[in-house]
Amino acid sequence: MSVDQEVNVGAVSKAPEAEKKRIQLSGSWIVFLVLLGAACILPFVTRNFQIFQFTLVIIYAIAIMGLNLLTGFNGQFSLGHSAFFAVGAYTAAILMDQYGVSFFWTLPAAGIVAFVFGFLFGLPALRLENIYLALATFSLAAVTPTMLKLTPFEHWTGGVQGIVLLKPDAPFGLPLNQDQWLYFYSLAVAVLLYFVARNIVKSRTGRAIQAIRDNPIAARAMGVNVAYYKTLIFGVSAFYTGVAGALSAVVVQFVAPDSFTVTLSVALLVGLVIGGVGWLPGAFIGGAFILFLPNIAEEFSKGLSGAVYGVILLLVIYVMPSGAGTLWHRATQYLSLRRK
Amino acid sequence: MARTRLRYPAFAALALAFAAAPALAQNAPGVTDAEIKIGNTNPYSGPASAYGTIGKTIAAYFNKVNDEGGINGRKINFISYDDGYSPPKTVEQVRKLVESDEVAFLFQTLGTPTNSAIHKYVNVKKVPHLFVATGATKWGQPKKFPWTMGWQPNYQSEGRIYAKYLLDNKPDGKIAVLYQNDDYGKDVLRGVKDGLGDKAESMIVAQASYEVSNPTVDAEVVQLKASGADVFINIATPKFAAQAIRKAGEIGWDALKIVNNVASSVGAVLKPAGLENAKGWYSTGYLKDYTDPAWKDDEGIKHFEAFMKKYYPDGDLNSSFTTYGYSAAQTLVHVLEQCGDDLSRENIMKQAANIKELELELALPGIKINTSEDDFFPIEQMQMMQFNGERWEFFGEVIEGKLG
Repeated sequence: MSVDQEVNVGAVSKAPEAEKKRIQLSGSWIVFLVLLGAACILPFVTRNFQIFQFTLVIIYAIAIMGLNLLTGFNGQFSLGHSAFFAVGAYTAAILMDQYGVSFFWTLPAAGIVAFVFGFLFGLPALRLENIYLALATFSLAAVTPTMLKLTPFEHWTGGVQGIVLLKPDAPFGLPLNQDQWLYFYSLAVAVLLYFVARNIVKSRTGRAIQAIRDNPIAARAMGVNVAYYKTLIFGVSAFYTGVAGALSAVVVQFVAPDSFTVTLSVALLVGLVIGGVGWLPGAFIGGAFILFLPNIAEEFSKGLSGAVYGVILLLVIYVMPSGAGTLWHRATQYLSLRRK
Repeated sequence: MARTRLRYPAFAALALAFAAAPALAQNAPGVTDAEIKIGNTNPYSGPASAYGTIGKTIAAYFNKVNDEGGINGRKINFISYDDGYSPPKTVEQVRKLVESDEVAFLFQTLGTPTNSAIHKYVNVKKVPHLFVATGATKWGQPKKFPWTMGWQPNYQSEGRIYAKYLLDNKPDGKIAVLYQNDDYGKDVLRGVKDGLGDKAESMIVAQASYEVSNPTVDAEVVQLKASGADVFINIATPKFAAQAIRKAGEIGWDALKIVNNVASSVGAVLKPAGLENAKGWYSTGYLKDYTDPAWKDDEGIKHFEAFMKKYYPDGDLNSSFTTYGYSAAQTLVHVLEQCGDDLSRENIMKQAANIKELELELALPGIKINTSEDDFFPIEQMQMMQFNGERWEFFGEVIEGKLG
């Protein structure tokens, strides 16, 4: 209640700027629709393997959005998101492989399992701050591949061998091939989850979450249940990442412990920073970055691809110190100034 | 004779246009009169990047082939991408190779999890997936996966070779086995058991497994010794194999001791384990070791040395990865030469399954590559060797580890 009041006060004081804000808002709607239109045409003008790459970009973007909710909006660090990604991927894979569940239903299931996982992990994480939390989540990521290889679980996980899956065909006789169908499916899920995330951030819950990031003590003084929101957002973040994992399992048609190493967690964090911490659309830029940059780096030199990757990363961070988000904000600011 | 044909390319083209137009149309994508495109993935970055040496050696070898005129006049265009040993990346890179670069076939894609990720894809697409760089036994299933073939001796064959040696030389032995708890360890163990046949039950008195996450295998070794076994089979990757060799030496376990091929490197395993502890251990090999003085004047080793100096001067002559890559590339060149001018995917696969008595320069004398429609295991022979405190000494005949 108190949070709402505070924001109301803020809105009143900003009233003269409301006009300008509406112009900006409609501007970003146009950008959104143009991009969505382009994204829908894309699979008809590119090759199948490129569609596959773009699908992966979307999947990474969903995972990065989840990480953004946790790190960008709530200020909790995580190097363990590869674990939630793996939980989602394995849930989907096991459901499809062992129980013949259709791929459509595996997504919510994977998301819910990952949510429970994330929520439970969020409880002990409450006691940890900043780098200590990063370290705890790092250990989660480090232990995941080993856990997946353990013999007691081998019946379900397939051990080191992993699980091979079949790609679903487009339903209702849609004239799409498998790659195109998976692309549109992932795109729809991503757009849906994007708006959910956007609404969470703008809601009362979102304000509480951001208040905790900015000043936990003040948030508590305002009556925000810090422990509840922190664990909740951990769960929601894991949900997003789990859904991404489930999609990746189907798109790649294979899950194995070696797919979900710490490297994946680090990649997601890189994508988050590049896209812009606390800016949701940046997830798509971050997703494209982590998928395509290694390929670009490899073009320069095989042996030094790691080093080239590092140099490009440094340059990008130098040009946009706080990710693509600030670049976007500056551009829109500049445009709205010129319009005056 | 291939030369003569080349001298009249216009005539050849004309003749082909008239006589063999349909045959020409059947050639695999990526095959022209001037080149053959071959796709590959290797971990050039990431934790498994040491294996990347294999891909680099193969690329260097194809440069040599191209400098010498190519294969039947066609140059090899070897496209090798980095997958960082990550299965999703392998899928992405392989799809790029097949669908965008349009390679004729895949060759020596490296790693068990990475190849598992593309196994089904390449077989649905009917792209030859030749001589994959992993020892798992599942690459040799011509009925189920007719487009995938392994190369190196598979883990089960190796297990059978140990079993055969033991049946011949220590039929009343009491065997203790240490193995890594994954598909590789279980594959070798299964080979040993299959090879022992009915006697497996009575001869294997103890077995212990370890997880890759274990810090040490000392406790397992002590436990195995306590079983009273007088044969110790050490199925472990380098780090753990070294620990086991050292521990067995320290506790004075007097047994016939065998360490598997993946952990037979003198530099990476036996030296850290202590050469005095490693003395007397047995293992198997199939390629010549550059560091072994026995091969000092060997023709094959000399060729290899000259090749490395000219085409891959940064490469490590002593590494088993370079001899491996060199030999695998030679096997492929043999297959492509055998294909002649019919480079359809069907024929490439058919010729890969039709290698007869091929002796590689760097294979141990007597080891021959044979494949057939039902036999997708190119190398199935190995030779026993014993460590004399300085280097491995080969002895006895080449042993066959055929499956089935």
